[in-house]
Amino acid sequence: MAASEKSAQVGGATLKYLEGGSGAPLLVLHGELGFPGWTDAFEHLSKTRKLIIPLHPGFGVGDRIDWIMNMRDQACFYTRFLQEQSLAPIDVLGFSLGGWIAAEMAVNNAAQFRHMALVAPFGVRPPSGEIRDLFATPTQNYIDASMFDPVGAPELSKLYGEPGPKQYEMWEDARAESARLAWAPYMFNPSLPHLLGGVKGLPTLILWGKDDKIVPASTADVFATAIKGAQVELFDKCGHMPEIEKKDQFLAKLTAFLAQ
Amino acid sequence: MHIGTFTERPYASLAENEVYRNASFFGVSNKHFDPKVGADLYHRYLDQNVAAEDLGFDVIMLNEHHANPFTMGAVMDVEAAILAARTKRVKIALMGNPLPITDPLRLAEELATIDMISRGRLVAGWVRGAGSEQIANNVNPAYNRERFNEAHDFIQQAWTRPGPWRYEGKHYHYRHVNPWQKPYQQPVPECWIPGLVSPETVIWCAQHRYPYLALATFLEPTMEMWDMYADEAERQGYQAGPENFGYLQKIVVAETEEKAQELGHAWLYGGGQPAFARPEWMFPSGYNTKAATARLAKAFTNPETGDVALASATYSENIDVEAAKRATLATYKGFQDSNQFIVGTPKSVLPKLRHVMETLRPGIFICWHIEGGTVSQEDAMTSLRLLGTQVLPEMRKYAKELGLTSPDEVKPGSRPLPASGKRQPVVGKISRAAQ
Repeated sequence: MAASEKSAQVGGATLKYLEGGSGAPLLVLHGELGFPGWTDAFEHLSKTRKLIIPLHPGFGVGDRIDWIMNMRDQACFYTRFLQEQSLAPIDVLGFSLGGWIAAEMAVNNAAQFRHMALVAPFGVRPPSGEIRDLFATPTQNYIDASMFDPVGAPELSKLYGEPGPKQYEMWEDARAESARLAWAPYMFNPSLPHLLGGVKGLPTLILWGKDDKIVPASTADVFATAIKGAQVELFDKCGHMPEIEKKDQFLAKLTAFLAQ
Repeated sequence: MHIGTFTERPYASLAENEVYRNASFFGVSNKHFDPKVGADLYHRYLDQNVAAEDLGFDVIMLNEHHANPFTMGAVMDVEAAILAARTKRVKIALMGNPLPITDPLRLAEELATIDMISRGRLVAGWVRGAGSEQIANNVNPAYNRERFNEAHDFIQQAWTRPGPWRYEGKHYHYRHVNPWQKPYQQPVPECWIPGLVSPETVIWCAQHRYPYLALATFLEPTMEMWDMYADEAERQGYQAGPENFGYLQKIVVAETEEKAQELGHAWLYGGGQPAFARPEWMFPSGYNTKAATARLAKAFTNPETGDVALASATYSENIDVEAAKRATLATYKGFQDSNQFIVGTPKSVLPKLRHVMETLRPGIFICWHIEGGTVSQEDAMTSLRLLGTQVLPEMRKYAKELGLTSPDEVKPGSRPLPASGKRQPVVGKISRAAQ
């Protein structure tokens, strides 16, 4: 891995995070299954950006923080991290559950971000259909459902191919902490669409696979409608993880957006 | 010794192929449920429990599961209230109320009501609830143990501390705690804790001096847990005895061996007893502690591939029902060999029961008597009658001879440690060697 583990004290608790690459800092917020490993996308981005990847407390690496009980608590915790490390304003890239955290941070204070890129984020109720229930789905089945074509994505087996006991324990940690934060309503906050309307002047990109079986792609419209000027990129034949299934297109759109 | 009876009260008219096809009782659609059949079954089970008192049993035990045809006791406390009025002598043991999914103040009121109607015959029992209960009741499994502990402590207070008072906890909040239903047994009702040999629960029981009731678990792990209980009891400064332990034993009795074996097979109804067997429902997110997850990960890792079986679901829509049935039937003999099922005539079951009693030395013994898809009311009643009239008197003799004291004879947790400070054995060594 081309990143080193660091830690910071935030609100009396320890936050572990990874730092790798060089260039302008980019905050990366990982998804509900924990840090996936140093993906090809991270490797590519780290050539021009310094990636700062907090390891969400309780998601398999860092200890959980007892008083963080919902996603807004988690978002405020990261806002404080950015302030105290003098990292704001910063570009942010959030995947799935991490996209929800980024959106909550933006409604708290949009000025802490320069650009916000959200990849199939949780956080709002889909206009039709439902968000797939991670809490009653074994992780391997959930990962398979995250792909349009699990067999056709070689990086998937590199990241998740052979889960041993340690990987299982980390997944269970991540699933447990996801449950603590977002058991009900399941993976959305009813106030978020209303508050997103207050996010102004923040360039925003929403990236989504058209065949997402975790969060229906129609949910992209809710974000695009709420956040004035947000751009939407939808990928054909692509599930919940375009960063893996449509890596090249994903990186092209993302880097062009961040350079704006 | 307290000797009791128990049945799961299944919705027995469900076609068992539906259960096999779903690879679990939990999750089968309730479109198969007919309330008229349900009405007959509720009356059947209530009548059986009343009959158990007339036959001389000391305890009738109920349980609670939700959204599950395997057990019709989703609202166990209602059944218990009816039995409290219809019986005169037996203890009514609720094994148990799943604390994390309930409103604890309401539960304190309900149980106190049952205790009053029965004039002090309630045995309360607390459980975490199976994984599926968290899903069926939409209660966050990641806070299961925290909610269990907090609800338990709250209910003890609600029963004992004069109100009104205000409560601000982590998971529960009340402006006005002042229940006008207080337990008939003062200060709190008798309490036993049922479990499936989870070490965390066993230790917790020993710390609270609650008898631990092992739910038809294999003898060897049960003995290990009881040793663990007794070790913790020693640390707490008391000697554990038979009054600290209970055991639930599956048993079928009939007039002939052939009939008993026929009824015994009915226990494999719908795929046997592991009724919540799909991992996605047994272990929803956060239901297990980190320590339990580590134990499971180790136990379910394939040594050849290194894969963890629980990481993915085994369920398939194309399940071969007939093959699954054959596999289930193949387990029948093994279950009898390991004493998981005791099946026979009154005469032939007694030596097996004695073996279990000598090995585990429980002060509470509950006979889980036969119910299943094809078992008629008549056969179930015959089994119960034979147990009551021919087996139970002999068990009482064994219990006396073996010194198996019930919680009424010796208060759990009141037995002093020997002068050495080192505890005495709690399980039978000789039978253990013979296993």
